[in-house]
Amino acid sequence: MNCEECHEREASLHFTKIINGEKTEFHICEHCAKEKGEFLPGSNSFSIHQLLSGLLHGDGHVPNTPSSNFIPPSLSCEKCGMSYYQFAKIGRFGCDNCYKAFESKLNPIFKRVHGGNTLHAGKIPLRAGSSIQEKKQLQQLKQALQQYILNEEFEKAAETRDVIREIEHRLQQGRDT
Amino acid sequence: MSLERFISDAISPWMKREGPESDIVLSSRVRLARNIHQYVFPIAADKESAHEVISAISTCMSSENEEEAEKLEMLMMEELKPVQKRVLVEKHLISPNLAEQAKYGAVLMNADESVSIMVNEEDHIRIQCLAPGFQLEEVLHRANEIDDFIEKNVDYAFDERRGYLTSCPTNVGTGLRASVMMHLPALVLSKKMSRIIPAINQLGLAVRGIYGEGTEAQGNIFQISNQMTLGKSEEDIMEDLAGVVMQVIQQERAARQQLQDGLKLQLEDKLFRSLGTLENCRIIQSKEAAKCLSDVRLGIDLEILPGISKTILNELMILTQPGFLQQYAGEVLTPEERDIRRATLIRERIKLENR
Repeated sequence: MNCEECHEREASLHFTKIINGEKTEFHICEHCAKEKGEFLPGSNSFSIHQLLSGLLHGDGHVPNTPSSNFIPPSLSCEKCGMSYYQFAKIGRFGCDNCYKAFESKLNPIFKRVHGGNTLHAGKIPLRAGSSIQEKKQLQQLKQALQQYILNEEFEKAAETRDVIREIEHRLQQGRDT
Repeated sequence: MSLERFISDAISPWMKREGPESDIVLSSRVRLARNIHQYVFPIAADKESAHEVISAISTCMSSENEEEAEKLEMLMMEELKPVQKRVLVEKHLISPNLAEQAKYGAVLMNADESVSIMVNEEDHIRIQCLAPGFQLEEVLHRANEIDDFIEKNVDYAFDERRGYLTSCPTNVGTGLRASVMMHLPALVLSKKMSRIIPAINQLGLAVRGIYGEGTEAQGNIFQISNQMTLGKSEEDIMEDLAGVVMQVIQQERAARQQLQDGLKLQLEDKLFRSLGTLENCRIIQSKEAAKCLSDVRLGIDLEILPGISKTILNELMILTQPGFLQQYAGEVLTPEERDIRRATLIRERIKLENR
């Protein structure tokens, strides 16, 4: 097969783009590829971000509910300054706080790229993890405390309150060190 | 520099060892994406914050526990020449993205190059572990140890509901990408690969060429990796991938057996011709070289071509890439000059076998 650029040399680089099932193929020789700019393996590809950006825009090909289509122009992250529009365009978050800032928009995106999943089920970091466990425990204890008060089981309520104080104290110390 | 010396310097020491199922699985790789809570992600970072990330990681890796912290060498991208970066990409130690686009990128590597930690790529930290053959569990274990070690000194960007927060939504959750590099000549030759790839994709796994995203499967080498990172545990992700890899291994073995049973002479003819091409070529393009190397490797595995070492495919696939050829030549080469150099290098390398 001859190169599509110069029609002289044998095409040695073959790219296939598949967009919505529509296949586009490019065949060029190394020489022409080089003229088009120094390339590295893998770098000339149609990147995942371009693809993702297409998904995030919901450009007609991806079913979108009317509510998730509406983006208030003011929606942006206060930590890094990235707007939702920028995020949708480049397909990347600017910082960890973007996850909070764009929270209301994220579930449909995660569902699409992670086979319907939106919640983490894997590793929890060791250090941060212990306080996460304690926070969860704290929530449960507070609920129990309410229940004891409602049931007028004041002795148990007092015990639970002490445990809550202890954990809160520990969490506070952890934050200070 | 002598060729033997060049090869031994060029090939990562971990690649010289042989792993399980190494007739089909060339290598196993795990990558963990992590970010530091207090800094914005590299895409939004300024010079100052990017440099703080680099120094945070380098102090953390060289910190108090000398025994625990393996000796890692750090390279700053801005201090490397383009050809040096290209060589690191060809060895799979850094990504094309870190070499080309990352503004303040750096990489830390251990002595045998089985561990590399990219800094300021798309995420602050990308821990990568490599091993020869089919050893997914081992590489995950290794990556987890390094992850835990870094976490002792660094607050990761982590959310209870979303897991490890990454710059790209495709990595959130575990931040884990596990991949296996497989040599599948018999499945390609018997035209079964075109049916296997869609089946693997259906299971939520990706099949790619040797240099990842968007590259062609040169030399019948395919990379199979997980796509999903959210909603499954690391162990489940690995198990799903390993299950598929095991099936592909069995399919490839069966296809090899079929070729030997039914088309032995044709197969021998093809493989010996490829060896002849490599022994005698004067000008060879990378695609043809990859095809012939794949044939020769198949010949070695099927004991049709005796007396050639198994590592020749892995070695020459990397050594005949443009970056390595230029490093060996010590100068920038045009594509035509590379084809000549490539031919010379392959001939000389095969001569080393026949001593």
